[in-house]
Amino acid sequence: MLAFIVRRLFQSILVMLAVGFIAFSLFNFVGDPVNNMVGIEATIEERERMAKALGLNDPFPIQFARFAGNALRGDFGQSYRLSVPVEEAIGERLPATLELVFVAAVLALAIGVPLGVYTGLHREGAVSRLLLTTSLIGISLPTFLIGILLILTFSVWLGWLPSFGRGVTVNIGWESNLVSWEGFRSIILPSVTLCLFQLTLLMRLVRAEMLEVLRTDYIKFARARGLTSRAVNFGHALKNTLVPVITITGLQIGSLIAFAIITETVFQWPGMGLLFLQAIQFVDIPVMAAYLCLVAFIFVVINLIVDLLYYVIDPRLRLDGGAARAH
Amino acid sequence: MNIDTGHPPETAAAGLLARAADRLRRFFDSDIFHSFRTSPVTIAAFVVTMVCFVAAFFAPWLAPHNTNDVATLDLMNAFLPPVWMEGGTWDFPLGTDEQGRDVLSAIMFGMKVSLIVGFASVLFSVVLGVGLGLVSGYVGGRLDHFIMRVADVQLSFPAVLVALLLFGFAKTILPRAVQDDVALLVLIFAIGLSNWVQFARTVRGSTMVEKNKEYVQAARVIGRRPLAIMFQHVLPNVMGPVLVIATISLAIAILTEATLSFLGVGVPPTQPSLGTLIRFGNNFLFSGEWWMTIFPGVALVALALAVNLLGDWLRDALNPKLR
Repeated sequence: MLAFIVRRLFQSILVMLAVGFIAFSLFNFVGDPVNNMVGIEATIEERERMAKALGLNDPFPIQFARFAGNALRGDFGQSYRLSVPVEEAIGERLPATLELVFVAAVLALAIGVPLGVYTGLHREGAVSRLLLTTSLIGISLPTFLIGILLILTFSVWLGWLPSFGRGVTVNIGWESNLVSWEGFRSIILPSVTLCLFQLTLLMRLVRAEMLEVLRTDYIKFARARGLTSRAVNFGHALKNTLVPVITITGLQIGSLIAFAIITETVFQWPGMGLLFLQAIQFVDIPVMAAYLCLVAFIFVVINLIVDLLYYVIDPRLRLDGGAARAH
Repeated sequence: MNIDTGHPPETAAAGLLARAADRLRRFFDSDIFHSFRTSPVTIAAFVVTMVCFVAAFFAPWLAPHNTNDVATLDLMNAFLPPVWMEGGTWDFPLGTDEQGRDVLSAIMFGMKVSLIVGFASVLFSVVLGVGLGLVSGYVGGRLDHFIMRVADVQLSFPAVLVALLLFGFAKTILPRAVQDDVALLVLIFAIGLSNWVQFARTVRGSTMVEKNKEYVQAARVIGRRPLAIMFQHVLPNVMGPVLVIATISLAIAILTEATLSFLGVGVPPTQPSLGTLIRFGNNFLFSGEWWMTIFPGVALVALALAVNLLGDWLRDALNPKLR
């Protein structure tokens, strides 16, 4: 168990180093930073002094180590486009993205799992078939199109919900959409857009797992013992579908953060994703580098947590010493 | 050529024809064709896909207007609604955009760009993924370990994000002057590179099974080189699942391209794809000109859904367990 954790930690650090290296190398392709900072009339000596002060004459490994050290402290320099420190720009927008992702994840779990259980238990029912067909269309619908359709229906035609921006936010340590109804109205459409794909995915996954588990002997035995179907379905069957569900949910939180880029663009939601997209369009490298590192960090942490959760949930793995699960 | 045997030349042609007919008959008798014929959903998906292909690749001849030719545009025709709404005309069946461009023709030309990017990027993923998977599975050891670790890491990032990052990376590296010219290539490269992992994993798995079989041992005994064994003996035997994944990847690639173009980082505006059309139309959503967004969207979803369904069918039809 300990060996497994250490190995995973080591792997995570390697991944972060690789991502950090990619982020760092971005800086090396945008010409001479000294040129951007000094005036036209600067003499060669002045340029030399500047380059020295910035540490540009140091060997490559030292420059990379300095970059990594600064990145660890959250210092990525100034945004070229916004002229504010990158950590400030991202810190301002992080809560917006996290709230969006949080609401979407809760929605996907709260609706996807019950629907999956239902379609697994009543596999031949008309409602199940309808849900499955709808989910197939849902998978073929790209996120941005779902957003546009929702805006068209609920904002343009019906006029019920706002279609862009965060609207009214309340400061509770950060600017929040979740504490007032006015603010919550703004988050409904973006979070529904974001969650639909994950919702269909979870539903299909839970359904497939339920069908698998319901065929096993211990379920038949539980029924033979005369347990209520409620106890069998939820106590025995659902519990055993949880391992893959947790893996997928964990990994999907990562892709929620990635897909937030699309949702935020459709709804002009002032989050990290929108910031990143604008950074790509304007070649704002410090922001790109910081976003890359931050997202990679979130992904790595989530993956680590998911791996550790296996042990908490599945007692069989604790018996094997985990050799089987470590890939 | 048949003079020696004394047969008149017609028999050769007839023989060829007979053989072709035989092949055709065997195909129509096959399990695969049977499962195709008995599934109405698959037939519908096939028809939709074919309609999309024909409409896209024969767009210059079939489309009612040439949207690439600015001279044919007339601002007087701007914002016309579809034909069944008040003010619509048969000249522009699905309405026009803000410059008087026919939406139907724009969709046909846009679909061509979407399909080209989709096919090219899948081809790139297949070549890369199958090559790496084959080498990984056959050689094994450290190389295998390394390739699979890279694949693991990449798989934990969503394909859209990887493609977006690669695109941003390319935009940083390339000088601004050539960016529009190579944008399509960069896009194909980015989407292809974001999709290779599945191919590599599948091929690696089947290669590890195949490499212990007798025919591979026989090839080794007669002294064939490892590369020849990999690509001439093992490769044909691991390609079955690749076809299925490639079909589903095509749908994914088309959607990824549309997403990137919608975000404004995809194809250049001079070669609008379906995603670009949706992006432009999106600006007019609130003023009520919904047809500029919805029709390209419907075309995109129909194409992706049809290709997905074909992939599903192919998977079931090629799976011996389900026969």
